[in-house]
Amino acid sequence: MADYKWPDQQHRSYLGKKIDRLDGPVKLTGRAKYTYDYNPKGLLYGALVTCPYARAKVLSVDTSAAEKMPGVKALKVVKTPGTETHWAGDEIVALAAVDERIAEDAARAVVVKYEVLPHFVQDEIEPPKDIPLASGPLSQEDLEDMFSNQVPEGKIADAIKTRGINWKPDEGFFKDLKGYGVDQVVIDALRGAQVKPGTAGPKSPYKRTAVQTEGDPDKAFAEAAYVVEGVYGMPVITHCCLETHGLVAEWPDQKSMNVHVSTQNVSGMAAQMAPMLNLSASDIHVEQQNIGGGFGSKFGPDSWGMHAAELSKMAGGAPVKMMLDRKVEQEMAGARPSAYGRVKVGADKDGNLIAWESNSWGTGGVTGGGSPPLPYLFRIPNQKKQHTAVSCNIGSARAWRAPNHPQASLLTECALDDLAAKMGMDPMDFFLKNIEMTGPRAKTYAEEFKIAAEMIGWKEKWHPRGDKTPGPLKRGLGLGLHTWGGRGHESHCDLTVHPDGGVEVRIGSQDLGTGTRTVIAIVIADAMGIPIEHVKVFLGDNKYPMSGASGGSTTSGGVSSSTHRAAVDARDALLAKVASSLKAQPEELEVVKGTVRVKSDHSRAMTWKQACAKVGPVGITVRGNNPDRTKPPDLTNSGIGGVQMAEVSVDIETGVVRVEKLMAVQDAGLIVSKKTCETQMLGGMIMAVSYSLYEEKVMDPTTGRMLNPNIEFYRLAGLPDIKDLRIHLHNTQEQENRGVIGIAEGAVTAPGTAISNAIANAIGVRVPFMPFTPGRVLAALEEHGQNAMAGGAM
Amino acid sequence: MKPFEYASPKTEKQAVGLLGKSWSEAEVLAGGTDLLALMKDDVVAPKRLVNVKHIENLGEVHFDGKEMRIGALVTMGEAADNALIKQHFPILHEALWEAASPQIRNMATMGGNLCQRPRCWYFRNGMGLLPVDEKGESLVLKGDNRYHAVLGNHGPSYFVSPSTIAPVLIAYGARIRLYGPEGARQLELEKFYRAPMHEGEREHALKPNEMITDIFLPAASTRAGYAEIRQKEAFDWPMASCAAVLEMNGSTVKSARIVLGQVAPVPWFSPEAALHLTGKAVTEETAMAAAHAALENARNLGKNKYKITVAKVAVKRAILNAAKEGA
Ligand SMILES: Cc1cc2nc3c(=O)[nH]c(=O)nc-3n(C[C@H](O)[C@H](O)[C@H](O)COP(=O)(O)OP(=O)(O)OC[C@H]3O[C@@H](n4cnc5c(N)ncnc54)[C@H](O)[C@@H]3O)c2cc1C
Repeated sequence: MADYKWPDQQHRSYLGKKIDRLDGPVKLTGRAKYTYDYNPKGLLYGALVTCPYARAKVLSVDTSAAEKMPGVKALKVVKTPGTETHWAGDEIVALAAVDERIAEDAARAVVVKYEVLPHFVQDEIEPPKDIPLASGPLSQEDLEDMFSNQVPEGKIADAIKTRGINWKPDEGFFKDLKGYGVDQVVIDALRGAQVKPGTAGPKSPYKRTAVQTEGDPDKAFAEAAYVVEGVYGMPVITHCCLETHGLVAEWPDQKSMNVHVSTQNVSGMAAQMAPMLNLSASDIHVEQQNIGGGFGSKFGPDSWGMHAAELSKMAGGAPVKMMLDRKVEQEMAGARPSAYGRVKVGADKDGNLIAWESNSWGTGGVTGGGSPPLPYLFRIPNQKKQHTAVSCNIGSARAWRAPNHPQASLLTECALDDLAAKMGMDPMDFFLKNIEMTGPRAKTYAEEFKIAAEMIGWKEKWHPRGDKTPGPLKRGLGLGLHTWGGRGHESHCDLTVHPDGGVEVRIGSQDLGTGTRTVIAIVIADAMGIPIEHVKVFLGDNKYPMSGASGGSTTSGGVSSSTHRAAVDARDALLAKVASSLKAQPEELEVVKGTVRVKSDHSRAMTWKQACAKVGPVGITVRGNNPDRTKPPDLTNSGIGGVQMAEVSVDIETGVVRVEKLMAVQDAGLIVSKKTCETQMLGGMIMAVSYSLYEEKVMDPTTGRMLNPNIEFYRLAGLPDIKDLRIHLHNTQEQENRGVIGIAEGAVTAPGTAISNAIANAIGVRVPFMPFTPGRVLAALEEHGQNAMAGGAM
Repeated sequence: MKPFEYASPKTEKQAVGLLGKSWSEAEVLAGGTDLLALMKDDVVAPKRLVNVKHIENLGEVHFDGKEMRIGALVTMGEAADNALIKQHFPILHEALWEAASPQIRNMATMGGNLCQRPRCWYFRNGMGLLPVDEKGESLVLKGDNRYHAVLGNHGPSYFVSPSTIAPVLIAYGARIRLYGPEGARQLELEKFYRAPMHEGEREHALKPNEMITDIFLPAASTRAGYAEIRQKEAFDWPMASCAAVLEMNGSTVKSARIVLGQVAPVPWFSPEAALHLTGKAVTEETAMAAAHAALENARNLGKNKYKITVAKVAVKRAILNAAKEGA
């Protein structure tokens, strides 16, 4: 049985070291090709006609003028008359033409008539305490909503009895319900319900879950020595991928299709596209060498990608490029759900956390969206919580780096920070005092707090809330902590050792710019004991062995495990073939820095090239795997954490906040590629500065349209807004023993919380909602009677 | 973008001949940093672009000791680097350096800067400069007005004048030369801007077939201070700015010109603020009093209250900066 253990310290030339990324030079010189750059001969340009209303019914679609325009090669009505649209930017018609201008002109020539319907886009308003129940008959959808929101079954039955239903369920429906384990009271209520066909009454945008309790929260709050209540939250933000979503589809014949697509999911794309096109996934060839950002928003072909595929087929197979323009991208191709919450926490007289209560709300689009896991990290013994999903007419939410974690972290750790302030305690002491509640990672967090505190100078700089330094500029410190899984996904690869010593690996993965190529090359070079230059990595093609989608920080663990195993197997196969020429058994051999030698006698040796020349004309090819999640992990693992500390300055006259320092301590398992690991951390921290201070999807209440669908009004941090960011990778031996774990999600969670807490520390009051704009900072100060410019004197 | 005709005249005369009688006919194209974006977003769709960059003698800066002349085609980058501007009009230099980004400053012209269109997000999203709903009610008043005007905002214009350079020029008492079919005319820059009363009107006094050719600045021995408050440090417009030019009489202010930017549909000249300084020494207290006076009539539209505070800070800091300059 081969020994797949990760190389030890003596056998690491690259592993854990700072190696320049392999794709650096092509990117710096502009030679890297993105989906956008794929311009084959005969390319047609796609364009979309989108709905300008937040909610509307399509009455008619007249495409005659557009179809007659010379150069228009294919057109498809996506939303036929009668269809309802749910957000401004929804696609109505897709078309393809010989150039961009004609495509746009044709899109403009399409005449769509709408019946404008009422919309709702304001998610930051706290939902009413008593949500008025709609009075009209329940629809099937209403019923599903109640199930998914865990409304108690007695309540569902009551609603059915009083409101009636608007469709007649058949026996099959009842059988299905039984199958799902729905209580008999609901089924009986449905059987006896009054059927009132027609449309259901006006829908409330709010869907509230049942109250969840643990322990005895009421008693715990009554006994608590300290209680604080606050409101915290963050708005919907967009993904802002530098390269917008889209693909180029072409049909070489009517039975197969090639797609160049901007995706985080090369291996999984074909199976998603095939059924709708009457193809087999094996008929679809998917390619992508480089991608300009995904952050969780690019796992599927998306509706517009499917339109491109169909338009190409209609146009006789000519390639059709459908890349979203920035406006549509901002409107519908990415949104992180908002989360707001009224949170109450209580501690006993010694500062032990004993009680939690939260009423959270937020939107992920029309369907409402899920609730963040509250309280985050800290298993407070007595809890009471309820979430209200708000249905808003905005493009649907997509996974955004560490889905739900930044939200949950902010709602939880800001409340804890406020409680510490109320107790007059240093928040670091308070968090440490309760750290056992975080579970098995408690000890690591405690270590990380110490390191982070040293890095930022917590002991010297921390002060109780409200910087007393004269002048308008106030400084403050804040902290946050996070967790993530990060276990490697299922991954397969083929690795070939050529007779000339070259090594190539083929893997259906993708490099999101995160360093995947570099990680793979490092792993293979060290497993085989050869210079990294010998290793060529081929990825971004679904004809290579399947490797998982790049989401949830699962790629490093997945591809390093599969390629490591392949490299070990190929090396062992090679050693078996050359052992006799070195007069040794294969187990007695090792490869070190490109030399194959006998472990006990270094004089019996040959170069890597010489060894490879002996393997025969076709070299050695092996398959490497990382198992799926039904098997226990071996080379990879799950569970990372980290602590971040921020230092901010706030001008209390203008409300302008600057994040002066952000220090991250991250445990990360075995680090493969130190440089790209650190750049992933930096990327997360930069995104966090940006969403903390600037980002927000702004919806116009009257028109329901997005007011900032570009990256001027949708503000992103620029170079000068990013100051001193530092990283300490907490890679102790204990951590290394756990194997490879992805870290990228974690990096983005804690800093937002740390920034919020640092602002509260600087100015003495909590700014409830992100982004922490001058308007919000000044409003919070004023609410506490601290408008520095209100009075006469300073 | 809709198809358009393109012309590249060599003289002012040819240029204005190519311009139209109404705004939809033609637009002057200078650096294009604003116009091209407006065209791509379908906010304006001129039938003809008249590129003025090949007209001679509009790309120079002259100073004869009494007056500085800045050609309309001088780029913001060239102006920012110009030693004479830095020496004689230091806060113009400062405002230019802080504006936009190096790439944009290298393309953008001084004339284009003065004529750039408002950044109001209703306007830029194609809903009009004075956007209204089907009932004729202002979308700005009912909607998200966090970046809209706090002064001179009694309607129907609520956008803010975007240029950070114009308030500085006005504080220095600049005049501009306009050229049209009837020849040239000169105008105080302060009088160039206005708040439209009807959709379709422009936010300045330019006729559709006129162009700006030069900016003139009178030399004077003044003290000048500038302050702008930015949320982001780069690639953004400030939330408020202020230029203060003080004529001193020993240690007291003889007269002052205080002009605010980004707070009103026009660069906001504030004689009220000046009044609070006249005859007094510049101190925290007098600067603060002037700031309060400047914003005395400010009105919160619902979501832009903070801008009133921020604008006060800009006024106060500009005045204090003026007192510091050269001291
Ligand atoms: C990200 C960003 C940040 C910015 N930040 C700032 C800032 O902080 N402060 C600031 O002041 N500006 C800022 N700007 C705006 C920038 O300064 C203007 O876009 C630029 O000055 C316009 O000049 P231009 O020569 O490119 O004009 P163009 O785009 O060519 O023209 C703009 C308008 O002026 C008209 N026009 C141009 N020249 C003349 C003329 N001689 N006579 C008559 N009409 C004319 C055109 O017809 C058009 O309507 C920023 C721009 C961007 C994109």
